[in-house]
Amino acid sequence: MTQNPATQNTAAQNPAAEPRAGEPAGRRPLRHRLAERGIDWSLLLLGPALAVIAGLFLYPFVYGLGISFQPQAGGGALANYKSFFSDPYQAGSILKTLRLALPVAFLSVGLAAPLAYRCRRDFRGRKVVTLTVMLPITFGGILIAQGMPRVFSPVGWLNLGLRALGLPQADLIYNYQGTFIAALLTSLPLSFLMMMGFFGGIDRSLEHAAATLGAGRAARFWRIILPLAAPGILTAFMLALVESFAIFPSAILVGQPDNQTHVLTIPIYQAASQNSDYTMASAIAVVLTAIELLILGLVVFVRGRLFRGPATAGKG
Amino acid sequence: MATTTAGADRRTPAVQFERLSLRGVTRAYGRNPPALRDFDLELGRGDFVALLGPSGCGKSTALACLAGLQPLTRGSIWLDGERIDTRPAEKRGFGMVFQNYALFPHLSVQKNVEFGLAMRRVPRRPRQERASAALRTVRLEEHVGKLPSQLSGGQQQRVAIARALAIEPEVVLMDEPLSNLDAALRIEMRTEIKRIYQERGLTVLYVTHDQEEALSLATRLVVLRKGRLEQSGTPQEVYANPLSAYVAGFMGYRNLFPARCLASGPDRAVTVAAFGKSLSGTLISGSGLSDGAGVTVAIRPEDLVITADAHADAVTALAEVVEYHGRELSVQARTADGGVLHLTTDQPVAAGSTLALTARADRVLVYQGGLDRDELASEAGTR
Repeated sequence: MTQNPATQNTAAQNPAAEPRAGEPAGRRPLRHRLAERGIDWSLLLLGPALAVIAGLFLYPFVYGLGISFQPQAGGGALANYKSFFSDPYQAGSILKTLRLALPVAFLSVGLAAPLAYRCRRDFRGRKVVTLTVMLPITFGGILIAQGMPRVFSPVGWLNLGLRALGLPQADLIYNYQGTFIAALLTSLPLSFLMMMGFFGGIDRSLEHAAATLGAGRAARFWRIILPLAAPGILTAFMLALVESFAIFPSAILVGQPDNQTHVLTIPIYQAASQNSDYTMASAIAVVLTAIELLILGLVVFVRGRLFRGPATAGKG
Repeated sequence: MATTTAGADRRTPAVQFERLSLRGVTRAYGRNPPALRDFDLELGRGDFVALLGPSGCGKSTALACLAGLQPLTRGSIWLDGERIDTRPAEKRGFGMVFQNYALFPHLSVQKNVEFGLAMRRVPRRPRQERASAALRTVRLEEHVGKLPSQLSGGQQQRVAIARALAIEPEVVLMDEPLSNLDAALRIEMRTEIKRIYQERGLTVLYVTHDQEEALSLATRLVVLRKGRLEQSGTPQEVYANPLSAYVAGFMGYRNLFPARCLASGPDRAVTVAAFGKSLSGTLISGSGLSDGAGVTVAIRPEDLVITADAHADAVTALAEVVEYHGRELSVQARTADGGVLHLTTDQPVAAGSTLALTARADRVLVYQGGLDRDELASEAGTR
């Protein structure tokens, strides 16, 4: 209870301000002054992770940012960016990425939310459901993308089954749909996992209280559960978005040669591996990062306007 | 949400019910023994019924079944002539106050209290007025704009009560509403609940493990034991005549000890052997006790009297712990054979002194059979 007036009072009457009679005059011991600012030996725990992040992420990132402005072919600092944006095919991959990542993120959150909502309470077969949903994570994206061409090929079981039923064939590989499915299968479990935590944090008695006050199932969900879970849902959305933004293996394995799946990671790969132009690859990667940051910033802004307190019911 | 509107008629406050009945209500979780077994309860309009018992006795289960938060395994619930246990919780129209308050953390105090009215499609203006009236009842009108987390525990509980009252429910269900408050606030809120009950003419079903709360609030007391009804009656009846040692343990008979029956006379007079002495008492439960039969004796601390003349029947005990309680002393004494006795006295007693103790025969309650001390130990015994 941060608003408790009692705590504010003690904070206001800072004991450091007036040394009491009997205490040695002068400054208080260094250890006390540091402790007041939260500085102690436990800060060393941050060390290893910070070192890894600085060395293995921050440095390469800054380096990549730097070389993106030093084009291999010359032509000024912005030449790479100019050439990327002036080539409609390359620049078009921005839209293609968005067209893939945004619907995937929406759908995976939309599918995972009701699932997570129900799975926080027990029912017969809950473990099986949870496990099945989580399975794609353990496989990894490549395995899914590898298997899909077999299952969904014209002679795969799906199409054979459809044919047996006299239904039209499903064209789910080597195109947008295939990449979409592969991306969804990797981001859905992540969204589910995250939202389980968020829904689980909402005290059951809140729903009970709403019910005794006359709120039916739908009203309880829209007025109590959803507002309290919204920050979590947005976080899951961000994760799903980031995940599908960087989609690469499935875009190659089940996306190509469809033009619609020419997402941003592909020109990066082509620039770096096929043309050996790391400066160009870096420039496109910077574009990708900038777009991601823009969207994430927007989501964080929205999330900041929601109720963010703990979804507990009060004391106890 | 067509369902909400459909139920609105049944929930209009003008409906004055006469009788709420639980008949043979049983609730079992899986294969465990039922938490509540064949429970019958009648609530008349204007009653304040307290369900009393230690944790695990089934009292909260009874409340949850009544509120519609848990399905019944067997039995039925009736509001006058209408069976309501098949209705979902949102169509029963009972106001409920939860142990942890269960305030909606993202809604302001005002919105919390308005919630039930909004669910009933009460238009904005009357909704605000009724919510304000409910908040006035609990004396929180200056906090309407705050979020629950900005209030103290006592204020949060007031909001919870106001929220339950705002829908003008036929019955208010309270599930240990004071157990999360500190001692001083608990007594204050207890008075507050009683005041609101009297002012509004409510019907209340109140669950607690605190006998003081139950005695001071209720017009009728129902003691539960292992999912079954053990005794019910007015607070005076239950307090004065606990029908079992278990109930006695709840009603402040802090001295509960096993003994042997020596002789039984007319008018339920019995003599029992305890602490190497013979004690005259009154047989409450059981009849035709054979000599030597095992019994349980119950005596209140205030009924144990220190006598000046240490006659043969007085139990001698060594005062071990003496607590000062203002007007009186609370003494824990140990008898020669190791038994512990609790007494309160206004005489000066020093720790380490030897006391001669007696009790009037009508204040020594004797029950047939032994006592399962663990049942009481959890909560009642410590108070």
